[in-house]
Amino acid sequence: MKLTLRVWRQKNADADGAMSTYEVDGISADMSFLEMLDTLNEELILKGEDPVAFDHDCREGICGACSLVINGDAHGPERTTTCQLHMRSFEDGDTIDIEPWRASAFPVVKDLVVDRSAFDRIIQAGGYITAPTGAAPEAHATPVPKPDADFAFEHAECIGCGACVAACPNGAAMLFTSAKINHLNVLPQGAPERETRVLDMVGQMDEEGFGGCTLTGECATACPKGIPLVSITSMNKEWLRATRTSGKR
Amino acid sequence: MTRTMWDSSVGKKTVMAVSGLIMLAYLVVHMLGNLKIFFGSDEFNDYAHWLRTLGEPFLHYEWALWIIRVVLVAAVVAHATSAYQLSRRDIRARPTKYVHKKPRASYATRTMRWGGIILGLFIVWHILDLTTGTVHPDGFQTGHPYQNVIDTFSTWYGNVIYIVAMLALGLHVRHGFWSAAQTLGVGSRARDRALKVTANVLALVLTVGFVSVPVAVMTGVVS
Ligand code: HEM
Ligand code: SF4
Ligand code: FES
Repeated sequence: MKLTLRVWRQKNADADGAMSTYEVDGISADMSFLEMLDTLNEELILKGEDPVAFDHDCREGICGACSLVINGDAHGPERTTTCQLHMRSFEDGDTIDIEPWRASAFPVVKDLVVDRSAFDRIIQAGGYITAPTGAAPEAHATPVPKPDADFAFEHAECIGCGACVAACPNGAAMLFTSAKINHLNVLPQGAPERETRVLDMVGQMDEEGFGGCTLTGECATACPKGIPLVSITSMNKEWLRATRTSGKR
Repeated sequence: MTRTMWDSSVGKKTVMAVSGLIMLAYLVVHMLGNLKIFFGSDEFNDYAHWLRTLGEPFLHYEWALWIIRVVLVAAVVAHATSAYQLSRRDIRARPTKYVHKKPRASYATRTMRWGGIILGLFIVWHILDLTTGTVHPDGFQTGHPYQNVIDTFSTWYGNVIYIVAMLALGLHVRHGFWSAAQTLGVGSRARDRALKVTANVLALVLTVGFVSVPVAVMTGVVS
């Protein structure tokens, strides 16, 4: 298939960017979206032009490195990561707009690459457990009720891609932060830091300049891992509980 | 790093939810009270007088009314301040728009800010009109609320301002009530439908109840 791409090009963090138009031909419907961009970049390199910078790593939907807002949708029209999006979701002759994640907490580094280290700092603020290191403990030593295990697992699926922030009209990181907090706060292993975790991670989230939640629901619609909007409700509940019980108001 | 209620975006949103629910509870009672206008001027004026003697003899004349007024003013100020500060944060967090635009969230969700501003202006006008009488069309008569209401809804602009504000109220409550449940952490997958239905019913009943008064004056049902 033959496509017209309108891609955000920006030399570096300080430069002004703009949309540039490219034509690509010979795209197979079985290619992934990233392979389609690889095709474009090969042509650009052969022509001596600067290839389009974009993030990617595993290309199997598990690492969270790939991004891209495609025709206004984070990760494009299907509910999956950009690396798992295939060109069969588009028609021959389509014009496709490709933009970076937009949020002031995710500054553009180059072209379609943004700096998502704000997420790392949110994790550093409390997205871990204090466990003694050494040999793996006996799996049955700490029983976890099945519903809690399921709840934790559902939230553990978050790959930290940032599509929720990109989709949110307020550039909020509530869905990501709630997924990380809920995952650990429900488990006995996460219990010792239950209060400090939610207070510190929400505090760091604010510090990074993410917006607040207006319950628009765009984040949950965009999330490739299906983290639900009620995840934010659960986090609010944990936050209110922590402000009440921790005595650290 | 610890945060107080007011420092945190989640805390400010809590302030907004609680103050919103206080105003909502008041509005339900206020709307039901307004419906007394359909039983004639004596009953409506008596009801208005009773509001002033509420709580007597334990409370002094008009004390209960003043307590309600203080709570409501505090709620409006807290709500508007947190709405303003949170909105500023939200706009700063997303300064660059996407080139490829898509219409998104529901109408009620998208109009929370403008709807809130309309409601804020309406509250001011409404008090100047029917409480202090400052902007009232003909001679405002203290102690004769029935006649004052008829006078207001005998002007075209009185009807327009009021009805537009009540439609804005319906939309605000439709998204607001459900949102407040999420903010306060009482929403859940199992309760989601019930909360949405309650939000819609509240919004509809409030709007229809409030709007029925100017419509009744316009059509001569109440005169
Ligand atoms: C002074 C006028 C008002 C302004 C400026 C205002 C503004 C706002 C804004 C901007 C929001 C947030 C929307 C969002 O986060 O998506 C909101 C939420 C809300 N408003 Fe208002 N509003 C006003 C009056 C009212 C009134 C009269 C009520 C009573 C029914 C009310 C009830 C609510 C509720 C329950 C919420 C939801 C809080 C939450 O999301 O947790 N508001 N308001
Ligand atoms: S919540 Fe979903 S959209 Fe947000 S970072 Fe995690 S996986 Fe990505
Ligand atoms: S490249 Fe790893 S999730 Fe897409």
